[in-house]
Amino acid sequence: MLRVENLHATVAGEPILNGVSLDVPAGEVHAIMGPNGSGKSTLAYVLSGRPGYAVTKGSASFDGRDLIAMEPFERAAAGLFLGFQYPVEIPGVSYLQFLRESLNSQRRSRGEAELSGADFIKLARSQAAAIGMDAEMLKRPVNVGFSGGEKKRAEMVQMGIIDPKFAILDETDSGLDIDALKAVGAGINSIMRKPGKGVLLITHYQRLLDYVRPDKVHVLQAGRIVRSGGPELAHELEREGYAEAAA
Amino acid sequence: MTAPFPTRKQEEWRYADLDALQPVWEQFAEPERIAVLPGQSLEQVWLPSDDAVQVRRVNVSLGVGASFRMFALNTAEQYGRIELEVDLAEGAQFDFFAANIGTGLSTNEIVSNVRHLEPNGRSRQVVRSVLNGKAVGSYLGKIEVARGAQKTDAEQSVKAMLLDRGATANAKPELEIFADDVKCAHGATVGELDPMQLFYLESRGLAPPDARALLLEGFITGLWDSAKDGDAICEAAREALKRVVE
Repeated sequence: MLRVENLHATVAGEPILNGVSLDVPAGEVHAIMGPNGSGKSTLAYVLSGRPGYAVTKGSASFDGRDLIAMEPFERAAAGLFLGFQYPVEIPGVSYLQFLRESLNSQRRSRGEAELSGADFIKLARSQAAAIGMDAEMLKRPVNVGFSGGEKKRAEMVQMGIIDPKFAILDETDSGLDIDALKAVGAGINSIMRKPGKGVLLITHYQRLLDYVRPDKVHVLQAGRIVRSGGPELAHELEREGYAEAAA
Repeated sequence: MTAPFPTRKQEEWRYADLDALQPVWEQFAEPERIAVLPGQSLEQVWLPSDDAVQVRRVNVSLGVGASFRMFALNTAEQYGRIELEVDLAEGAQFDFFAANIGTGLSTNEIVSNVRHLEPNGRSRQVVRSVLNGKAVGSYLGKIEVARGAQKTDAEQSVKAMLLDRGATANAKPELEIFADDVKCAHGATVGELDPMQLFYLESRGLAPPDARALLLEGFITGLWDSAKDGDAICEAAREALKRVVE
C-alpha cells in the first residue's frame, strides 16, 4: 500500500531523512517511534507533500503510484490523510465549509458525485458524535479557540468525514488527556482498522499503542530506521529508552 | 461649470489613476448628495458594474440621531474609486464596510472624510483589500472630530492581503481631533497568505486556487454580515475572489 524506499530528504538544504525504507501493506498499522529531531515529522510532511521538503533520493509510492510526483491535493484525492501534530487555525472559515469543500473537491477528482449540504451535515454530525465532539463546534472557524485536545479530536472528525485509505498520524496523541486519548484511539480503530486501509502512527510514547495496537513498530533515528519489530518493541523502548534500544 | 480636474498633488488623489479618470470626469465631477433626516436610517449596498472605470463620489449628511450603513465592493478592471464625505450631527451613526478586490493592473481606492461635527456620534469603517498582479488598492481615510463633538467613537480597521510581489496596498488612516473626550481607534495591516494554512487546506484535497479562495473568503468574512440584504454583494465578492486566485 505505502512503500518507501531509501528516502532522502532535506529541509532548507539540511539533510533530515537519510535513507528511510518502509513497507506498510493494506490492513496494517505501523508505528514510528523515535527521539525528538529524528525526522518523524519530516517523514510525515514529505509523504504528504509539504512545500519546502525536498526529496533528494529514493522513492515513495502509494498503491503503486509515485507519491512524490503528486501535488498535496492529489495525494489527498488518492486517499492519503495527514493528521497534523499542530492543526492549523484558519480564522473566518467555518469547519463545515472547509470540510464540505475539501470532501467534494476530493470526490470531484475521483469522478464521484458531490455530497449535498444536507447529506454532508448528517455525515459531519455522526462523525463528530463518534469521536465525542460537540457538532456545534463545527460551525466555528477552523481550530480557532480550540484547546490542544479539541484540535486533535477535530483532526479525527476530519478523518472520519474524509474516510481516507491511508492515514499518517503525526503525534496525534500529544497533548491529550486520558479521556481524549481513549476517544482518539477508538476513532483511529473504527475509521482505519479495516481491510484495504493502512496507518502510519507517529508517536513518542507507548500509551497510544495501548489503544491502537500496531502490527509493526519502527524506530527512527537520525533520519533512518534503525530497528523494526512487533508491538513488544514499543514496550522495550518505553522501558529502556531510545539510546539503549537502538544500540 | 465643471470642477477643475484633480492632480496627484492633492492628497486625496495621490494614488488615483488620473488617465483613466480623464475621459469620464465630467460625469463624476459633482458628487452625489445623500441626506438622512434626523432619526431616520438608511442602508445602501453598492455592487460593482461591468465598466472598466467606476467612480462614486458621495456627500452624505446625517441628521441628529440618523444612521447610515453602507456596503461597497470596489473591483473595477481598470480604475475604481469610492469617495465619501460624511457629516455627522449629534448622535448620528455611520457604518461603512468595503472591499477592494483588484487584479492585473487595476487601481481601486477608497477615500473617505468623516466629520464628527457634534457630540455622541459613532462611525465605523472596515476595509479589506485583496490584490494580485500589479494591482493597487488604497484606503485614505480621514476622521475629523470638531471642537465640542465630545464622546465621539470613531473606528477604522484596514487590512490588505497581497498575493503577488508586484501588488501594492496603501493604507492611510488620518485623525484630526479637536475634542478631548473621544475614542478614535485605527489599525492597518498588510500581509500575504500563510503557507502553512494553504498546505493544511491542500492536504485535505483542495486544489491550490480553491485553497487560496477559501482563505481569502475567510479574510474578508464578516464584512457583509450586518447587511439586511447582503446576499448579492457576498456572491459578487466571492466571484471577484475567484478571478483573483486564478
